[in-house]
Amino acid sequence: MTDRTYRAAPPGALRIEPLGELTAIFDRRSMQTHLVVSPMPEILDAMGADACNAAGLATRLAAAFDLDVAEDVKPILAERLSELAAMGLVERA
Amino acid sequence: MKNKLRIAVGPVQFRIGSDWAEPIAALARLYAGYPQDDTRPADATVRLFAARPWRRWLRPSVHIGGDFVVPDALPLPLSMGLLAAEMGMNLQVALGWRRHMLLHASAVAKDGRALIMSGESGSGKSTLAALLGEGDWRLMGDEFTLIDLFGGDTLAFPRAVSLKNEAIAEVAARVDPARLGPLLAATPKGDIRHLIPRADAIAAMHEPVRPALLLFPRFGGEVAVEPMGEGEAFVRLTEASTNYVALGEAGFAALTRLVRETPAFGISYPDSAAGIALVEQLWAEAAK
Amino acid sequence: MSAVRTFVDLLAGRRDPAALAPRDWDGVIGVARSEAMLATLAHSLADAGLPPAVATLFADQRAAAKVAQAQALWEAEMARRALAPTGIEFVLLKGAAYAAADMACSAGRQIGDLDILVLAHDIRRAENLLLKAGWEWVKSDPYDDAYYRQHMHELPPMIHKARDRMIDVHHTILPRTHRITPDALALVSDAVTSSAGFAVLNPADMACHCAAHMLADGDLQGGLRNLWDFHTMTRDFVAADPGFWGQLDGRASLHGLQSAVHRAARLSRDLYGAALPDGWDRQDPADTWFRRRLFARDDWGRVTDPLLEQAFYIRSHWLRMPPVMLAKHLWTKWRKR
Repeated sequence: MTDRTYRAAPPGALRIEPLGELTAIFDRRSMQTHLVVSPMPEILDAMGADACNAAGLATRLAAAFDLDVAEDVKPILAERLSELAAMGLVERA
Repeated sequence: MKNKLRIAVGPVQFRIGSDWAEPIAALARLYAGYPQDDTRPADATVRLFAARPWRRWLRPSVHIGGDFVVPDALPLPLSMGLLAAEMGMNLQVALGWRRHMLLHASAVAKDGRALIMSGESGSGKSTLAALLGEGDWRLMGDEFTLIDLFGGDTLAFPRAVSLKNEAIAEVAARVDPARLGPLLAATPKGDIRHLIPRADAIAAMHEPVRPALLLFPRFGGEVAVEPMGEGEAFVRLTEASTNYVALGEAGFAALTRLVRETPAFGISYPDSAAGIALVEQLWAEAAK
Repeated sequence: MSAVRTFVDLLAGRRDPAALAPRDWDGVIGVARSEAMLATLAHSLADAGLPPAVATLFADQRAAAKVAQAQALWEAEMARRALAPTGIEFVLLKGAAYAAADMACSAGRQIGDLDILVLAHDIRRAENLLLKAGWEWVKSDPYDDAYYRQHMHELPPMIHKARDRMIDVHHTILPRTHRITPDALALVSDAVTSSAGFAVLNPADMACHCAAHMLADGDLQGGLRNLWDFHTMTRDFVAADPGFWGQLDGRASLHGLQSAVHRAARLSRDLYGAALPDGWDRQDPADTWFRRRLFARDDWGRVTDPLLEQAFYIRSHWLRMPPVMLAKHLWTKWRKR
């Protein structure tokens, strides 16, 4: 899978509310509610304002969490990013 | 439409029109004790109609319509016209109400707080609410509960309670027969009889109450109590709400607040007595 | 006065809402709901003196319409994300376009499916990209499917798996077998960009499409609403550019839609009080049929003249298809019932 670059939602677009093991996300642009679990909230948090691909994300997450920046994290993150894009929460840059 | 009636339940003003007199007469009897305001414009319209003019008399068959019509819905025989009217009222509110978050749940109130019981048909939520309402609880509603979008309070929607099958005898044993509607036998939902809420419940129907306990009952099986996390309660309630999606961020905020502020449990119980006991036990603990 | 005429008078500003008796509102609200215009009325009367119950209902409706509009525009955004990588151009049509362009008629307007226009040679690629992005075919009768592809002006409808919302992809604005054939290439190449960043039809084309959709395409279902769209957009286009009527005439001629556009204008005058210039402001006896159809609602929201409804249904099919095909289509439809 090519390592695509994605952009996060602009500030204020998402309302994120942790609810125990789940995180509820309200997207003010689409009026949709998304219910997600780790690592989705962490990924969204790590993306910040600039465009990001799985490799870049792996580096940022490794800094915050106890992750091996091993090759096998990247395909997983690439898949998660693609899922977030399908939900509309991130956009291909 | 020739036969008409206006009914106010909670915040909703209905106007009901019918091609037949019988369902209107039956409704008028059930709702005789409710406040009347002939000048208030209707929020919701229900129509009971014949598909073809001759079907008013030939094998009379009642189609349910109004502001919203479900295409291809099966009609009911005229003998079940009252059920059609009640279904019609549910349909219009479920599809059209936008002022509060609507939950498919029963609710009762005590000491200024509300118990909300969410579940599908057959979960026992209506029977439990009816029985609690005959005790020292105020019945707020058996089918729908309204949540205020800004303050989070529960609002009552006390329609005639729809008792099904075994619940009919159970409740009938405890109430004045004048409070029961006609027996509607062998409907698509089984035997049904309607219970008119107590006069004090009707009189108090506009009083909002803060929720204190959220239960997801399941009728049948051993007594069991299972605490429910906020996330699961949130998911279950979105499934139990007919208008959550239409409310946008206000719905999201109201539901988030409800699950964060209200302890929730799944309960199962083999019979009403056990169910009531569980409710009272969990209520006492929630009140601490 | 009948509820439907009162409703039209309220929109046109000919009736003062404060003069309505409390029980008149039942009929007006009933008609408005059946025409999918309750939130439109709520916007129109936002500052009026209303009974408290009506004012509250209208506030609910305005809030709900805002949510619904955001959801509808999001479909346009997700279609853009799906089609952007290969550079397929598309133009928004109807409700989504009005909302994207922040037009007066978009206030409170219910938007159904997303309607987009692409060039004929892009339609297969568009279909594939949408399927990849999570849309799927709505299950349908195989006859309807063949009919759509060969004769209608759109792909068979698609629905998004996760969001459960429909998209209609058009490559002309009227069916290929229609007696009138608008110039699709001109529509796309002369499109303009709305404030929200989407392409929409230019003003004259937008008014042409609105009239076509209302009169030449449909069976006048939703006529009062489509006419309101036509009325408010032409009013605002003229206010921005007094030469608009001339441009509209020119474009209507190019697309073969002069009759529909002129009729829509006359009906806007008759119902909503539009001011028409010379050359537009005449009387046509055939308009009577259309006015009757537009007013055929009772105050419980029911269509009052089923024969009239039948006549329009047959007429709309007649306009869409050569007579030989029409008989076969209606016969097939009837058999399935």
